[in-house]
Amino acid sequence: MAILADKNSKIIVQGMTGKQGMFHSEQMIDYGTNVVGGVTPGKGGEWVLGKPIFDTVMTAREATDANCSLIFVPPPFAADAILESIDAEIPLIVCITEGIPIQDMMRVRTLLDNSNSRLLGANCPGLLTPEQAKVGIMPGYISTPGPIGVVSKSGTLTYEAVFALTERGMGQTTCVGIGGDPINGTSFIDVLQMFEDDHETEKVVLIGEIGGNDEQNAAAFIEKHMTKPVVAFIAGRRAPEGKTMGHAGALVEGGQGTAAEKIEKFEAVGVQVAEYPEQIPDLLNNVN
Amino acid sequence: MQFDTILSLFEYFRWRIDLNLHEYQAKFRFAEFGIPIPRGKVAHSADEAVEIAQELGLPVVVKAQVFTGGRGKAGGVKLAKTMDEVKEHASNIIGMDIKEHTVHKVLIDPGANIKSEIYLGITNDRAARKPLIMCSAEGGMDIEEVNRTMPEKIIRVHVDPLLGLRGYQVTQLASGIDLPRNHWKQFSKIVQALYECYIGSDATLTEINPLAIIEEDGEEMLRALDGKMSIDENALYRHPKLADERDTSADPEEEIIAREADLSYVSLDGQIGCMVNGAGLAMATMDLTGIFGEEYGIGPANFLDIGGGAEADKVATALRIILAEPEVKAILINIFGGITRCDDVARGILQALDEVGTDLPMVVRLVGTNQEEGREIMEAANLPNLQTARSLYEAAQKAVEVVRKAMN
Repeated sequence: MAILADKNSKIIVQGMTGKQGMFHSEQMIDYGTNVVGGVTPGKGGEWVLGKPIFDTVMTAREATDANCSLIFVPPPFAADAILESIDAEIPLIVCITEGIPIQDMMRVRTLLDNSNSRLLGANCPGLLTPEQAKVGIMPGYISTPGPIGVVSKSGTLTYEAVFALTERGMGQTTCVGIGGDPINGTSFIDVLQMFEDDHETEKVVLIGEIGGNDEQNAAAFIEKHMTKPVVAFIAGRRAPEGKTMGHAGALVEGGQGTAAEKIEKFEAVGVQVAEYPEQIPDLLNNVN
Repeated sequence: MQFDTILSLFEYFRWRIDLNLHEYQAKFRFAEFGIPIPRGKVAHSADEAVEIAQELGLPVVVKAQVFTGGRGKAGGVKLAKTMDEVKEHASNIIGMDIKEHTVHKVLIDPGANIKSEIYLGITNDRAARKPLIMCSAEGGMDIEEVNRTMPEKIIRVHVDPLLGLRGYQVTQLASGIDLPRNHWKQFSKIVQALYECYIGSDATLTEINPLAIIEEDGEEMLRALDGKMSIDENALYRHPKLADERDTSADPEEEIIAREADLSYVSLDGQIGCMVNGAGLAMATMDLTGIFGEEYGIGPANFLDIGGGAEADKVATALRIILAEPEVKAILINIFGGITRCDDVARGILQALDEVGTDLPMVVRLVGTNQEEGREIMEAANLPNLQTARSLYEAAQKAVEVVRKAMN
């Protein structure tokens, strides 16, 4: 078992004919991912990498029965691409695009909350279920099947942690990147619940960073709802303090979110926090 | 009065990433949406300040236009009751340094007879994923202190981004702060206008502090005496006019270069120049060099994230920025490729070294997409000062080690 995507997932790629979309679609197909088609407005009817291209997500879903859409669309059009997939009732939407305006994401998120779709990202590396499905840009070779669930806010830092696990013989059920944007589709808590419910996942690695209060919420959730052990890493211990202009940011709950604050919250609920990514496997060995 | 807020690096970046407007730019923008502001003007010299004061009539307020808080405390805001005072204050304030920011211009606003001061701000609440309007009758003073000691004095209303601001929500604000009823009609227009300005500008912050009840010609009315505004950099493509208004005079040159090349860069005070892809990994790299180097007084010289899909040119620009820092004793390049391809990075490093040239020791770690091609390119170049590393741990240790040698 895995979470979110496996070898039976049928994936379409929005923006498959673009440079990044093409490059990563090819890597996904080489990995053995079940890519069933692509969507590029105005290119419907063409074939790319041996897969059919459609003008709209709706027609792609009707023709291929896709249940997952991966988005490689430039930022000005990315919110529209997500909304199109919500409208086509795609159950899982994974958005790689970085730099979507925050007000676009506020509107997307509000619609998403009233839909049957789940969004991963935006600005995330996607997810990887080893030897089954690579939905996004995580390099496939860093990962191997096993009992560890990985959830991360970061992109490249996820690869670092997964690679460290694989080198030490600790395989993964699924590696999930939720993205580090202030407003995204899926939180740590959502994924922790999925790992808790997944029979194959025995232990979980959580990778966070400074900013916001998603990690603090995760710590509270772990204490109340998780029976499986969790090990964490928080990036940004050495971050310098900055200054801001207006006051509004400081008046919002969770506006600060320093590394020290997050580490303290995790340690208070018995979650060990690694000092550097390669220390994560050692800590996993210590928890049961 | 403004007070500084200490925020984390993330918020610092949000602030840096956002386009900040000066007080006068924010207020002029507010006025376009129908918010009443003082009819002030900007002066670049004391003579110009006097001309404006003659046009407005006395008294006037001379206000430094800088991107930092604490203007008032630092003497950057002064009331002038005579033309001599206008000249004196303007010449003192222009050229003054407020927290390392040099003042280049002042706003000359007509003086106002202030009865009371309201705080009104709109920002993104990331936890609620909605715009948040905050309002307090305790405006003008330290609103963060109010938040700490009397949070119930700040009325908060979340706006559904699909429905927009509703009339009853404005009533909640007006009644919540016990605003005298004779001001409700004007207050409602101002709140609606500020929300429209926030949405219509892709702002991450629109703030009026104070929104003052003033008395003019025997009549009481509301007026936005001070304003702040930040625009989401990611949305600037929809607001070319606002993008043109960017004042870069206060930014360090290398940060301007970095921004133009779409790199996230912050200068720190250590010796190891870091180039990393991805903010999280860049922070982890910074953290680990700091941990290993701590006992020797060695640490990261910068935070530099080349982002996803970095091409050779971008990498070359990043390397040039690092090499321009005189404190740098070694360079640590840590790339874990997903979108970024290691061969692109390798070509970028060689291109930059070709153009800039350096004898500084380098530790390079290339892992991920096209790593073999990347390593082959680096090895074929046969650089004498280059070490490679397989892991982050090893890379950080080697970087600290070469700096230790260089410092002895």
